[in-house]
Formats: sequence, C-alpha cells, structure tokens
Amino acid sequence: MNPLPTKQRQSSVDLALQIRRTTVEMTSRANASHIASCFSVTDILAVLYSRVLVFDPQQPRWRDRDRFILSKGHACAALYAVLAEFGFFPKEWLETYYLDGSRLAGHATHKGVPGIEVSTGALGHGLPLATGMALAGKRDERAHRVFCVLSDGECDEGSNWEAALFAPHHRLDNLTVIIDYNKIQSLGWVKDVIDLDPLADKWRAFGWAAREVDGHDHAALEALLTGVPFEAGRPSCIVAHTVKGKGVSFMENNLQYHYTPPRGDELPRALAELGVK
Amino acid sequence: MRNAFFNAVFALAREDERIVLMVGDLGFRIVEGFMAERPKQFLNAGIAEQNMMSMAAGMALEGKIVFAYSIANFPTLRCLEQVRNDVCYHGARVAIFCSGGGFTYGSMGVTHHVTEDLAVTRAMPGLTVIAPGDPIEAACVPAAIVAHDGPFYVRLGKAGEPNIHAGPIDFQRGRAITVREGNDVSLIATGSMLLVATRAADRLKADGINARVLSMHTVKPLDLDAVEAAAAQTGVILTIEEHSIIGGLGAAVAEYLAERPGAGPRFKRMGVPSAFASEIGSQDHLLAHFGLTEAGVAQTAKQMLAS
Ligand SMILES: Cc1ncc(C[n+]2csc(CCOP(=O)(O)OP(=O)(O)O)c2C)c(N)n1
Ligand SMILES: [Mg+2]
Repeated sequence: MNPLPTKQRQSSVDLALQIRRTTVEMTSRANASHIASCFSVTDILAVLYSRVLVFDPQQPRWRDRDRFILSKGHACAALYAVLAEFGFFPKEWLETYYLDGSRLAGHATHKGVPGIEVSTGALGHGLPLATGMALAGKRDERAHRVFCVLSDGECDEGSNWEAALFAPHHRLDNLTVIIDYNKIQSLGWVKDVIDLDPLADKWRAFGWAAREVDGHDHAALEALLTGVPFEAGRPSCIVAHTVKGKGVSFMENNLQYHYTPPRGDELPRALAELGVK
Repeated sequence: MRNAFFNAVFALAREDERIVLMVGDLGFRIVEGFMAERPKQFLNAGIAEQNMMSMAAGMALEGKIVFAYSIANFPTLRCLEQVRNDVCYHGARVAIFCSGGGFTYGSMGVTHHVTEDLAVTRAMPGLTVIAPGDPIEAACVPAAIVAHDGPFYVRLGKAGEPNIHAGPIDFQRGRAITVREGNDVSLIATGSMLLVATRAADRLKADGINARVLSMHTVKPLDLDAVEAAAAQTGVILTIEEHSIIGGLGAAVAEYLAERPGAGPRFKRMGVPSAFASEIGSQDHLLAHFGLTEAGVAQTAKQMLAS
C-alpha cells in the first residue's frame, strides 16, 4: 500500500471549513443549486479523504486505491473542492464550476475529472455500481475497499434495495454505504414524503452491519469509518444523522437552499459565518 | 412552457375529478398550492420513478387520468419498461410529462441532458409523443390529453420561453401548425427548436428565401399530410430538434420520405450527434456547440438550396 499523502494528515475539521467556504463561492458564482446538499455531506467527505480513504492524487487510477462514489451526485461541488484540495486537479478548475465550456458539471462527472470514479446525478445508481466494484474486488482477491454515500431521499429508489439484498448475500465486507440522513428531500421532509424510519434497522434486516452516528462529529465519524468492516463477511452501513445546510445558520433546514445559493448580501453573511473576513 | 402546462392541468383538474397529478419529488414552488387545495388529486410518489409509473398505470386502470411529472430522463429512460408494459400495453390513461427536455439543464451534466427521449417513446406502441414549441402550445396540450383515450409523453423545456404564436391557435393532436408560409424550403421543428426555426426563416426572408416553418409539436403520430405537402410544394426539407438525430423527429420524417413512392425531396436532419457532450454549459452554449442556432439553420438551408 502506498503511504498516505501528507495532505491526508491535515485536520479534517480545518478541511471541512475550507470545503464549505470554497463550495459556497463555487455555487454562488455560477448561481448553481444544491449548496445545502453539499453542506450536509461536507464533514463526511472531509473525514473520509483526510483520515480513511487510501489514494494517490498523482495516480488517480492506481489499482489499489479505495473507491469512493458520491451517489448523491448533486452535491458534487463539495467533492470537486475536496479533490482539488488534495491535488487531483488544479484549484483553478473550481472557478469554472457549472460554467460554459467547463468539465465540472453540476452533477459528479467522471469524464476528464481525475478522482471522480463514476458519473452520478440520476439518483439510485451509486450503490449498485459500488456493489459491482466490490464484487470484482472480491473475485480478484484485492484488498482495496469501496465506499458509497447515499442521500436519504435517494433511499426511495428501489435500485438501492436490490443492491442492499445482493451485497450481504455475496458477503461483500469490502463495501461501506454511508447515508446522509438530513431528513429533507426535494419537496419537503422525508418523514412526510416516504418515511424511512427505522432506517438502520432496515439495513440490519437486509444483512448489513449497521451503525448510527452524528454526521458532523468528526471524531465519531473517524472512529466508525476506520473500523470497517464492523463484522467480517458483512457489508457495513453507517446512518449519519446530518443537518441539511449545516454550517450557515440561515441555510440549515431551509429547503430553499436545495435550489438556490446565497444571493446578494446573503453571500457575505454566509462567508462571515464560515469565518471569512 | 412548464408553468403554462401546469396551470392548464390545475384548471382541468378543478373541473374533472378523474385527474390526478403525480410528481416524483419535484415541482418546488409550483405544486404546493394544488397539493393543499386538492389532496385527493395529488401525490408525491417520492424519488422512485419505476414505482411511480406503475402506480400511475394502476390508478389509471381504476378510472383516473394521471399526469405523471418528473424532470429530465427520470420519467422515461429510468422506467421505460414500466412505460411500455404497464402504461402502453394496457392503454392506461397516463400522461407522462417532463421538464428539462434537451439541454435545458445543460450545466447539470450528461445525466441531465435529455436527448434520446423522443426516440424511445416514439418506439412505444400507442404512445402519443408531443413536444410543444412555445407556452401557447404547451397550454393547449392538457386538454388534448383529456380528450383522447390513450397514453401520452410530453416533453417540456423549463419556464420563461417566449411565445411564438401571435394569437390563439388551433391545436390538434397529430396536426402540424404552419407558423410561416413559404415554398422555397421547409423547416420542420419540434419543441424548443421552433423558436430557432422561425428566427432562421426571418433571416432567410431577408435574403429573399421564403421558408415554410412547421411546428411539428406531435412527433407521433406524425402529420404525414403536412410532410407530404412540404415535400411536394417546397422540394427541400430540413428537420430541427434538440434531440439525437437518431430516432426522433428527423428520423420519423426520413422514414416516411424513404418509403414514399416517387422522387424524394432534398432532405437533412439537424440535431445532436449520437455522442455524449464533451463539455457542459448553459442550454444556449450547448445548442451553439452543436450548431442548433438560427444562423446554423439558415446556413444549412442555404447550402441545401445551393446543392
Ligand atoms: C432518479 C432521480 N430522480 C429525481 C432526481 C431529482 N432530484 C435531485 S436531488 C433530489 C432530492 C434531494 O433530496 P435527497 O435525496 O434527500 O438529497 P439531499 O440533497 O438532501 O442530500 C431530487 C429528487 C434525480 N436527480 N434523480
Ligand atoms: Mg436529504
């Protein structure tokens, strides 16, 4: 296994703050959607990339890397920001996010973007893709792992539950799914659209080793994510309780920021809350 | 277009209790009023398009007329077998409609580019396929759906497109609308490309070329009489669509022309090549990238006339 790049030892808390600042600037510049979706998953991404995943930005397709799939591809701005922070591609690319002629689209795009394993954006594709990668890894007797982040509204899609049945049957303990359970989807609260509770118990019933965590608590996230597989022979599921829009008070639990970025004087207010003078 | 269509559905639903509006967790700031006003005629099916489409068919088989909404490829490609077997084979009165046709969500990336929907829906037996050309046409479509016993697919753009028709129109399923008269060349457009075609015709007019512009809002069943008249009277046909050149409007016209007896007109399809976009950007950016602009259409028409 390659040594972890030095960047991976930076504080995940500092990284998360940097990602929130960068992401809000990216989405506001382009007037792009989904800033609140980025903020709910930022701490998970920061812990994964600085503490858990094994990768080499110089060789994005290095065979022994851990695979990461952001199935909620609409939160890609945060992932692009992380990848640029670790040097997968130049930070200047982030300034082109969502703009004419760019390769950084508003949903995670693998084409021409080092570090993005697969394109996502139609919800409900990531976990089946991750399952296929994990199965190939097992068959080839490789040691790398596969991590996949789902959103909660995304759990409505039946395709996830097909993969959820499949992975334990095939004992894919190299696979970890993390659910960004921010309790909000596109038209309202998850409990009002299609209630998911008890969510962790559903995954357990399907044969996964499931744990719950505060998805903004870096120490707790790190402890869990470095402890997978929780049980030999079973895939792992982490239900991360999160807040949509976490980090900027007026965006938290406010559905409007699924659709629009902070505008006008909201942008300096958001940046001020993120400690930018 | 999207708002014109929704408003017409809301108005019809207030008069006809058979009508149900079903959405796939989409419609923010559009459907909330209707949801509160008519809860028995509304359903948010969640982010689960396969289940949504089969449920829509199930409700329709119980006597409802279901308008099923999502964006981009989700109510078509994602659940195509549900559309084929459950909706079309049973002749269920489901009107699938999407916003985001073509490159409306161009900056969102390839997963949100809708460039094969007309091809796959056109292949479904019994399914009427409509892409209105402006908000005036879009507002007419829901009534045409309620008047016809069968399933529909309707492709919409977003909101804010300009009106092209100057006044009220006679909108009929399967009947093209002549937007500009002319006998030198025929521009047959569907959906958003109607605007580009009319502007191209205005440019050609300045050069003394009289282009006929047809709004082929119904891609299936195709108005063969209008295509035949265009072939016979102008001898040059150019189809324009914000869609793959495979399987959509241009293909439908080509299929008819190739099998028709007698010498064919000069013919060309303008559309999107069968390739994923190599870059992203706004709708205008991507349309320009693929030459689907008024200048591009006018130039192509001139080249055809010169050849
Ligand atoms: C198959 C599919 N259907 C619909 C959408 C449109 N869409 C984008 S994000 C979203 C839901 C957002 O809620 P959630 O999944 O909980 O993600 P969050 O932003 O809260 O993390 C929807 C319906 C989509 N991208 N893919
Ligand atoms: Mg959510």
